[in-house]
Amino acid sequence: MINKKVAHVEEALNGVSDGMTFMLGGFGLSGIPENAISELVKLGVKGLTCISNNAGVDDFGLGLLLQKRQINKMISSYVGENEEFERQMLSGELDVELIPQGTLAERCRAAQAGFPAIYTPAGYGTEVAEGKETREFDGKMYVLEHAFKADFAFVKAWKGDAAGNLIFKGTARNFNPVMCGAAKITVAEVEELVPLGTLDPNQIHIPGIFVQRIFQGKAYEKRIEQRTVRQKEAK
Amino acid sequence: MLDKIGIAKRIAKEVKDGYYVNLGIGIPTLVANYVRNDIEVEFQSENGVLGMGPFPFEGEEDADVINAGKQTITTLPGASFFDSGLSFSMIRGKHVDLTILGAMEVAENGDIANWKIPGRMVKGMGGAMDLVASAENIIVAMMHTNKAGESKLLKRCSLPLTGVGCVKKIVTNLAVLEVTEAGFKLLERAPGISVEAIQEATEGHLIIEGTIPEMSL
Repeated sequence: MINKKVAHVEEALNGVSDGMTFMLGGFGLSGIPENAISELVKLGVKGLTCISNNAGVDDFGLGLLLQKRQINKMISSYVGENEEFERQMLSGELDVELIPQGTLAERCRAAQAGFPAIYTPAGYGTEVAEGKETREFDGKMYVLEHAFKADFAFVKAWKGDAAGNLIFKGTARNFNPVMCGAAKITVAEVEELVPLGTLDPNQIHIPGIFVQRIFQGKAYEKRIEQRTVRQKEAK
Repeated sequence: MLDKIGIAKRIAKEVKDGYYVNLGIGIPTLVANYVRNDIEVEFQSENGVLGMGPFPFEGEEDADVINAGKQTITTLPGASFFDSGLSFSMIRGKHVDLTILGAMEVAENGDIANWKIPGRMVKGMGGAMDLVASAENIIVAMMHTNKAGESKLLKRCSLPLTGVGCVKKIVTNLAVLEVTEAGFKLLERAPGISVEAIQEATEGHLIIEGTIPEMSL
């Protein structure tokens, strides 16, 4: 077993510095690397480019890094829940590249899988495709989209072991698996770091080869953005 | 005139047995509530779930089980979770049978705009561009006119596009329309709405052939 376990978040983030490009897993606030984000706020690294489907909310997730003006550029698909983000974007303080969600996933996956670029039909004929190479296959038009290049990928899983194997839970899985191994260093934080041999190899979502550092996260808030419920019918 | 629930009820009639369906945020989400219960349908949410069920009972919400609108949901027997890459493989790979989404504008050539108002509202396209670029069966759910009373069914979209020539059917508070090569073909009228009222509210070319029936819900 090649040991990927690090003692704590401080050690896991060793090597992060100003001007780096990060991938961060999560959809909304579900499955975000809460511990890594807190540590990035503490470290105060600046001039960051962050690749993440969303930008958090004003006081949680990537919103915490936005508040401290640590992010120069965001690459996301949907940023609707963050007023500070919208303010920085419309005032020009923050550089924002909005891209289709499937393209975001596939540019991560291309980096993970060793493809320099992929063709996708998404965005053809729109401003997203401006300046990009396009090509026809079987009568349909596609846009060439390049693999991302990132320094660190910060992902969050449900369970993991010292070998770096990961299992995700529910829709907290989202972008986390496609970001594993898509950056120079992948840092995985898990709710439960279980003893080696406990995870069933048949059930592993991401094999440890895609993960360089793994640690047991602490004090997960797991905030719910839209708490929707139904009433139990009266008996 | 239909309200949002009426639009959702009418669209629900387009959902057929055996369909995998992706529902957008807003009116489309409501469609799930009105699908006939004697057919088998699975709802896909692009954040990574197939087999979505209703909202959870109070106290049973799980932060790790949400839909694309970030609402807490439940799953039904036979459901599955997957990553965003696989989710869009389902969408781009045309494995999803029906896509229902909202729009700010639709043009008579099938172009759709629903993600950006330059300088004012920039929330992003989310999965909409992937959905409209690949889906063969797209229904747009929207109000026929905007808050200022201006038509949302146009000759050409004025807002940045989400996709080109992709919308096939539109259900509004006034009508059901099909996008054809010649323009918007009027299929049905909402209860109590005249053809003239629909014409009045439609900027793009409206094709009216024969008697237009009133929709049944």
